[in-house]
Amino acid sequence: MTGAKALIQALEKEGTNVVFGLPGGANLPIYDALVGANLRHVLVRHEQSAAHMADGYARIKRKAGVCFATSGPGATNLITGIATAYADSSPVIAVTGQVPVAMIGKDAFQETDIIGVANPCTKYSFQPRAAGEIPEMVKKAFYIAESGRPGPVLVDIPKDVQQATAEMKFPDLIKVRGYNPVVDADLSDMGRAVEILVKAEKPIIMAGGGVILSGAFAELQALAELLMIPVVTTFKGKGAFPENHPLAMGPIGMHGHAEANKIILEADCIVAVGARFSDRSVGRFDEFGKGMSIIHMDIDPAEIGKNKSVDVALVGDVKSSLRTLVKLLSKKIAKRSADNPWLKRRKELVQYYAETLKDYPREITAKKSLKKLRELLPANGVVTTEVGQCQMWASLHFDVIAPGTFFSSTGLGTMGFGFPASIGAKAAAPKVPVVDIAGDGSFNMTENSLAVSVLEKFPVIVFLMNNYMLGMVAQWQRTFYNKRYSGVEQHSCPDYVKIAEAYGAQGVRVGSMQELDKAIKAAIKSDVATVIDIPIDPDEDVYPFVAPGTGLKDMITGA
Amino acid sequence: MATTATQSGSWYIVTALVENKPGVLFRVTNLFRARNFNIESITVGSTEQKDLSRMTITTNSDERTLDQLVKQLRKLIDVVEVKVLDTEKTVYRELALIKMKAVDPTTRSEIINYSTIFRGNILDIGKETITVEITGTPDKIDAFKNLVEPYGIAQLSRTGVSALPRGVEV
Repeated sequence: MTGAKALIQALEKEGTNVVFGLPGGANLPIYDALVGANLRHVLVRHEQSAAHMADGYARIKRKAGVCFATSGPGATNLITGIATAYADSSPVIAVTGQVPVAMIGKDAFQETDIIGVANPCTKYSFQPRAAGEIPEMVKKAFYIAESGRPGPVLVDIPKDVQQATAEMKFPDLIKVRGYNPVVDADLSDMGRAVEILVKAEKPIIMAGGGVILSGAFAELQALAELLMIPVVTTFKGKGAFPENHPLAMGPIGMHGHAEANKIILEADCIVAVGARFSDRSVGRFDEFGKGMSIIHMDIDPAEIGKNKSVDVALVGDVKSSLRTLVKLLSKKIAKRSADNPWLKRRKELVQYYAETLKDYPREITAKKSLKKLRELLPANGVVTTEVGQCQMWASLHFDVIAPGTFFSSTGLGTMGFGFPASIGAKAAAPKVPVVDIAGDGSFNMTENSLAVSVLEKFPVIVFLMNNYMLGMVAQWQRTFYNKRYSGVEQHSCPDYVKIAEAYGAQGVRVGSMQELDKAIKAAIKSDVATVIDIPIDPDEDVYPFVAPGTGLKDMITGA
Repeated sequence: MATTATQSGSWYIVTALVENKPGVLFRVTNLFRARNFNIESITVGSTEQKDLSRMTITTNSDERTLDQLVKQLRKLIDVVEVKVLDTEKTVYRELALIKMKAVDPTTRSEIINYSTIFRGNILDIGKETITVEITGTPDKIDAFKNLVEPYGIAQLSRTGVSALPRGVEV
């Protein structure tokens, strides 16, 4: 069997049924092996999108998504997507072609040291030097990508290794000596966490992306409802907890919900679940959580104490940690009443900001559009986002009801992520409507994936809040650079309706809320991708805003 | 853990057992660069086990940075084991080759004398230079270097620290 065939079989054995990719000189044998394989190949128009599609697929399935690219530029085009997956702990497996072994290091045509390039943004990488190594490497790649704190793994296969034949052994079990992710947290630490929580008067849960990666939704809800305490999330954790739940307060952070940013400062104990205290979430590391006890649950030991010193660290899968914590807590306390002063304070803050924060005075605004989308999209509808104002508006105004249905490039902040990721999500969940909450600047970056959505029949919805601006940059220039705009205007170019139509998708421009209503309903029913072009005033800012380098207490509400 | 206090934190010896295969040193050093860890020296060599190499890393760090350095090292798939060695319970050595300008006989005999006191070996004597090998703790090598500096050091090469725990501790 050839190395290429072994690769395809190994992928099939791991349960992969779709790969996103683009062929080239150095992965021709792999593409030849795809002919007749039990594996759907989705041809992309740019490798960056292939990586984002694999990422979107992986986030829905909570299993590895796979992308293919050739050597050199094909491989380097993947990098943005791989780095995105790395920053958001997503199990993407990137298989790249490489020049033949004898040519490595000779600056051959389309040669790049992709292992070196990708090193800082991959969990691990492999480069088989003999065809017979491929089955075990693929098995290890999946194991490493999906277990522990998930992350992207690169498999870089020289062309001659793809072509060479060998007797293949497909192992069922593999062991990686230096890699043993901890699943169950230390019980004595757990005891200390219980003690703190029993005594705390104003504890709060800060749920991060780890809850979604672990699928610990029910366990998180059980803890919140036992203690009857407010739940904030990080932006990555948006959708870890139903945002229509009476304890939910939405994301904290730079563009967090005002009431969430406010209440976390009043807490006496923070239970951080699968969160990494990023600067975008907590503002200044030195100010955040001062005088509070912090209980930190995470599967990655290196996250403990990285940005924030904590009182108790529970290293393990948060699903297991939450389950044990709830069990131990239940022995000490009865389910607490909803009628407690801490929840009264929650209500007060929610009410206060609902009354104080003003709506931007236009017929169509980002906020109204997103509320409308929420109203019409079924609870299990999946949402991805682009990056910038559209993303932060989505965080503020689009409530996630079904846990684990909201995905964004939260760590790397990759413009162009949302649309291809929505296609990957649709490939993973073909029966539910999938929407990319987009802005024009971001959508522009990977809009050629419209070809993929049309040809491969992924009828996703691009919810394009269009201000023909790199809006977030413009907002910062308004706020911090005295309205000196520099490099942000898009000058009404291109026409997104025509762009959609040129690819054979549907394009519709809306001029009123009624038209938006109609367009969303039609798009949900449509069997072809739809771009809904929603004109947004370029001066509409995202508020609240915690300026970089400041703390959550310095939040500007814009009111 | 006993450490030697210096201006920029404390001095630590970290030892790591790593897979003996290509690219591992790159992954480790790239991690140090990416995470802004400041390394004083790093040595890599074979061990009693054919498929494992030992890296010895010395660093001046505060405790928090050291904690992160260890955790990030452990996170690397090719790193099998990481330990911070207690310098009181550790044998550690560095080797230095120092080539000095030495033309006149007085200088030559002084250098040879110092070398004997420091239990160094004279490796090479040329018409204008003497090359000495000094083995010891980094402090000892520093002391010798300071002593002979006035004669003019033509070239110097240090290996970095290699270390093992004392006695039965493994």
